[in-house]
Amino acid sequence: MSFLKINNLSVNYEMRRETVYAAKKVNINVEKGEILGLVGESGSGKSTVGNAIINLIDEPGKVSGGSIILDGTNIYENPENILKLRGNKIGLIFQDPQTSLNPILTIGEQLIETIQTHLKLNKEEAKNKAINLLKEVGIKDADVRFDNYPHQFSGGMRQRVVISLALCCEPELLIADEPTTALDVSIQSQILDLIKRLTKERNLAVILITHDMGVISETTNRVAVMKNGDLVEIGPTKEILTNPKEIYTKALVSSVPPTNKKINRFKIIEKENKTQSETNIKILNRWTKKEIIDQDLVEVKNLSKTFDDNFFTESSKNSVMAVDGVSFSIKEGESFGLVGESGSGKSTIAKMIVNLYSPSAGDINFDNVCITNITNNKEMMKFRKQIQMIFQDPYSSLNGRLKVKDIITEPIKLHNPSISSQEIDNYIYDLLESVELTQQSAERYPHEFSGGQRQRISIARALATQPRLLVCDEPTSALDVSIQAQILNLLKDLQEQLNLTILFISHDLPVVRQMCDRIAVLKNGKLCEISKTEELFKNPSHDYTKELLTLMPKIESIYN
Amino acid sequence: MDNKKLTLISRIKDSDIYFSFIKSPTAILSTVILVIIFFCSFFVELVTPYNPFDPSSLSLMDAFTPPSWTENGLSKFILGTDGQGRDMLSTILYGSRISLIVGFSAVIFALVLGVGLGLSAGYFGGKYEMIVMRLTDVQLTVPSILMALLVDGIARGIISREMHDEMAIYVLIFAIGISEWPQFARVSRAATLVEKNKDYVSASTIIGVSNIIIMFKHILPNIMRPVLVIGTIGLALAIIAEATLSFLGVGVPPTTPSLGTLIRLGNDFLFSGEWWITFFPAIFLVLLAFSINLLGDWMRDTLNPKLN
Repeated sequence: MSFLKINNLSVNYEMRRETVYAAKKVNINVEKGEILGLVGESGSGKSTVGNAIINLIDEPGKVSGGSIILDGTNIYENPENILKLRGNKIGLIFQDPQTSLNPILTIGEQLIETIQTHLKLNKEEAKNKAINLLKEVGIKDADVRFDNYPHQFSGGMRQRVVISLALCCEPELLIADEPTTALDVSIQSQILDLIKRLTKERNLAVILITHDMGVISETTNRVAVMKNGDLVEIGPTKEILTNPKEIYTKALVSSVPPTNKKINRFKIIEKENKTQSETNIKILNRWTKKEIIDQDLVEVKNLSKTFDDNFFTESSKNSVMAVDGVSFSIKEGESFGLVGESGSGKSTIAKMIVNLYSPSAGDINFDNVCITNITNNKEMMKFRKQIQMIFQDPYSSLNGRLKVKDIITEPIKLHNPSISSQEIDNYIYDLLESVELTQQSAERYPHEFSGGQRQRISIARALATQPRLLVCDEPTSALDVSIQAQILNLLKDLQEQLNLTILFISHDLPVVRQMCDRIAVLKNGKLCEISKTEELFKNPSHDYTKELLTLMPKIESIYN
Repeated sequence: MDNKKLTLISRIKDSDIYFSFIKSPTAILSTVILVIIFFCSFFVELVTPYNPFDPSSLSLMDAFTPPSWTENGLSKFILGTDGQGRDMLSTILYGSRISLIVGFSAVIFALVLGVGLGLSAGYFGGKYEMIVMRLTDVQLTVPSILMALLVDGIARGIISREMHDEMAIYVLIFAIGISEWPQFARVSRAATLVEKNKDYVSASTIIGVSNIIIMFKHILPNIMRPVLVIGTIGLALAIIAEATLSFLGVGVPPTTPSLGTLIRLGNDFLFSGEWWITFFPAIFLVLLAFSINLLGDWMRDTLNPKLN
């Protein structure tokens, strides 16, 4: 008998227009001492399954069938069962360590409160237990940090505190819902190691919900793949990743950017029948193509940016050096990667290059002209036309009140005021087809599109001015991995055919490896190293780069 | 064209706002009441057989007729008549037209002024923003009735006596509008601060779109939801403010009576037994303001998810 047995679990959300089946007859067993990965793209129902185990399904969702048996107790048989189990036998870790702790209580108070709710201990005993727990999850000086508030901890430390909270009452089942998604790579690997260690030491049963195949392959013993509420495949991690049986799993695995090699393009399983270069770049006819000359298109010299916090203090005491003396250059037609963890200043650099921020010091040269100090609007427009940007968040980057047509018309008309409306329509259709959207999309509003399609609209808008430089700021980090593969393929095709120069910004090393010719690594606003992509991955020269490379979760680790 | 219309209707029918509307009895009821009141007020000539401001149609013999269901009531005057023999119902509807015109104009004036200042303050920031926002703080410390009395007083000083009655309505609109604009300015500035940091604004900047176009084409439509909520509730406030001022005798002149004027005129007869002359305009005013407020509450709940 398995420790946790999920039998034919179905969860429905009755919405206004339709009923959404978030889980359809899912069968999963979890044993003690193993980590089961629950993997799937957004909307696959992986979190729903996790929430169903602790009866946290929000209205209007409800469990419509099946049973969940934990250690012989049927959770849904009696409403009191779950109250007994939650916190006692089941511990929970959420995605965002910023919001899962109460900011106005010290972590000690929160731990003691939780311990005393479930265990009959007096305050002194509870405190001892809490400190021991903090030590166990790897918090140094636990007896001092005990009295600290959540904001005094870093993101990774906070997630450790959350884990210690989940462990308070000696749970036997731990549900971790995307525990490392909000964290940087270096911290992610520490948290995953911690979860692995605790599983072994405490003989826990762990369900690790994630979308990240790298995390799955490095952490889990078995994996369950979900899609649209269906359990697609379940089995030992190695078997599923190396020899997937279902087409969906195959597609999922093949769209994960490999960390150990550079591939030409991602294989999109659903489109296997189509010819390899499927993107029909119609816009090519209109494009005034620049021949690639061997010269630097962008030259960044000693670029610095400080953000002053002069609200309370007059002096620059509180100013933050977001970018500190960074220099690099991008050749025409090249794709250049900018890599770093959160706070490394990579987005700030992008915003200075597209002239959203002005630098505190240093110069940016575009096509041998310094663009940092242009005040003349007309002069600026020349460069606006040539430098365009694609943003991270596909939801906030399109104005929801405008039709797709109007969104794309704006740059066309602005840079070519004399164009006729018939000509604009044709141009828009060509642009949309170039990013693999239908002509009908023009009449629709952004909210009618998925995240990946919205990102395509963003690309179409950026291409409308026929730019030479395309700045892509984490263009795929908000997208599912299969969509990411499609968007990356599209960007590659566009770059090749239109001779674009791309500045590609990402925290995701495997993605950068697939996309870029050269890579610059940033840390805390400073440049660590610049080298050719393959060179960087084979022989990193800087310690920080080495660290990043060893810590990055590798899907290939399963083969060893 | 036809096709486009159809899609617009289907878009409305498909929207969440429509859905929440048909699920809310209060919203439907208040809308029905408001539609009836608006229709009767603006097409009052079609609705009532009497014109209370046409002296030839009035007969002093009809004066002080009580409502039709009471002992001495006449069936042709449903809500009775006032001291000059005017039919109460028609007078109320004519009066509510004035009240609505003043209310709407005042809100539109406040909205244009407030949103214009708030939007630009939020967008440009800096010293300009500080000046505008301190101005709203100052404005908010002056009670609106006091402000309106002040404006009226100044206007009386500037404008000649004969001109004054003609100008009274505009003075009133200005007075009420000027006391309501800070609400709009605050709300639109706050919403602008949120919107201007979104990527679609950055995208337009990068394309090279000018500030004015970004403000009006991109940000303005996205901040209209909270502004409309404030506007609806502001409409009720403006109508009540107008009634208050007219009741105090500084509003519209008695020759073109509004609801407030009617209540004031009827007030004189309250203790001599002719209660209906003041009671019905008052009830009408309450019904009007209450319906607008209920609709405003519903709008706030649906259009502003942050408050849910």
